[in-house]
Amino acid sequence: MTPPLLELRDISFAYDGKPVLQRANLAMGAGCIGLIGPNGSGKTTLLHAAMGVVTPDSGEILLNGEPVRGKKGLRELRRQVGFVFQNPEDQLFCPTVLEDVAFGPLNLGMPPKQARETASAALARLGLAGFEDRVTHRLSGGEKRLVSLATVLSMSPRGLLLDEPTNDLDPETRIRFIDIVRSLDQAMLIVSHDWDFLDQVADKLYALEHGQAVSKDRGALHRHVHAHPAGELLHEHLDHKRT
Amino acid sequence: MSGLEEPFALGDTFLHKADPRYKLASAAVLSVAVAVGQTWMAPLAGLGIGVCLAGLARLQPSRLARRLLAVNGFILFLCLVVPVTTPGEAVWSIGPLTATREGLRLAGLTAVKSNAILLILMALAATSTTAAVGKGLDGLGLPKSLTWILLLCYRYAHVILAEQRRLARAAALRGFQPKTNRHTYTTYANMVGMTLVRSYERSQRVSQAMVLRGFDGSFRSLEQAGASRRDRLLFACCLAAALVLAWIEIKTRFFA
Repeated sequence: MTPPLLELRDISFAYDGKPVLQRANLAMGAGCIGLIGPNGSGKTTLLHAAMGVVTPDSGEILLNGEPVRGKKGLRELRRQVGFVFQNPEDQLFCPTVLEDVAFGPLNLGMPPKQARETASAALARLGLAGFEDRVTHRLSGGEKRLVSLATVLSMSPRGLLLDEPTNDLDPETRIRFIDIVRSLDQAMLIVSHDWDFLDQVADKLYALEHGQAVSKDRGALHRHVHAHPAGELLHEHLDHKRT
Repeated sequence: MSGLEEPFALGDTFLHKADPRYKLASAAVLSVAVAVGQTWMAPLAGLGIGVCLAGLARLQPSRLARRLLAVNGFILFLCLVVPVTTPGEAVWSIGPLTATREGLRLAGLTAVKSNAILLILMALAATSTTAAVGKGLDGLGLPKSLTWILLLCYRYAHVILAEQRRLARAAALRGFQPKTNRHTYTTYANMVGMTLVRSYERSQRVSQAMVLRGFDGSFRSLEQAGASRRDRLLFACCLAAALVLAWIEIKTRFFA
């Protein structure tokens, strides 16, 4: 059996003495994993730990079954797994779209001409052909979100970590985004509050509870979504522990 | 996004379309030729060149005047101070202050040179967007850290401005009205502080996002589009003009 692309093993992390992750385990192979959990439950921390942005107090990150060690290990991890930040303003730092999307490929050592072509292809892949010379700060919120994804896809990663990708997307862009995510063949780990979105894209569901990623029945999403037509009336949310 | 617009960059004259590398190089040679002048002729000729270039770029006169006025506010201070602080032949005196011929000459020369260079830069540099100027400077071989500081400032100035406006709006919606009192100063100080803290935190996230995309401290750039014959011709003309200015300067300074 091939080892999963990315695996978190017994990750613990405390923030200002307050434990956020406690021996958390999560493996990301093929397909799409949805990760839910209340605010402050450590979802973003888990993603940051997985990318080596924060160093866990204990535990290991494994890439293709091998522990990630040292600068070289981190570089390889970041080459194979792309991370899209929650806020596109943090991700997009170049004046024009093309430069931003070509930034990753150039860092991977691609010659400029090839980097330009790769960036254009990544943009076209997301339906953003012709956006090359657009000025980043003048893009709409939805466009910024898609360009953010393009900046990572242009590096051809094998896996993707997305942090709250549907935050503040208008309904139309959100539907487009769902189609895009479903068409990607990368392994994915998506942190989101958007249950309906996860219902449509995730194959597996985990919830972060007491510092651990607990596997959940995907039906929880489904039932939750369909309970909501009663949203204006008083209603109880189904307890997904019982499902 | 008012306040950070680039009005002069919107236009379609040949100066707007020219390659920023050649425009910046042209602006540099002309500016140096004007700046080193110590007699009247070359700086005045430079001023003429500046006016011509601004005309060729069809810069909107009212906008141009507003910008010139802003800079000449500073120059006015020089014109007040330099004549009475430069030693030389007295022209007139009020109380303890004595203006000298040399001082007046120096102040006038400074004003002429500043305006000439300002016009040249507005016609040749401000007719490109900041993004294009950054790329142009990079293409001219300037240190990448410097060009990237410029580009990052430009990119995040908008974000920081929007953040600051959100804070101001939130305060206004809770009944804040600026007055000359302690409460106003405290509120403004808090807003500035908050903007600084948020900008700092953002810089950390931006830096993380860059590292996650393989950034290792050295910026790599995409190749630049090739320059056309027009661009080279523009630079050749500006270089020739700069040489003429130098020739005028040498002639009037040493052989007059």
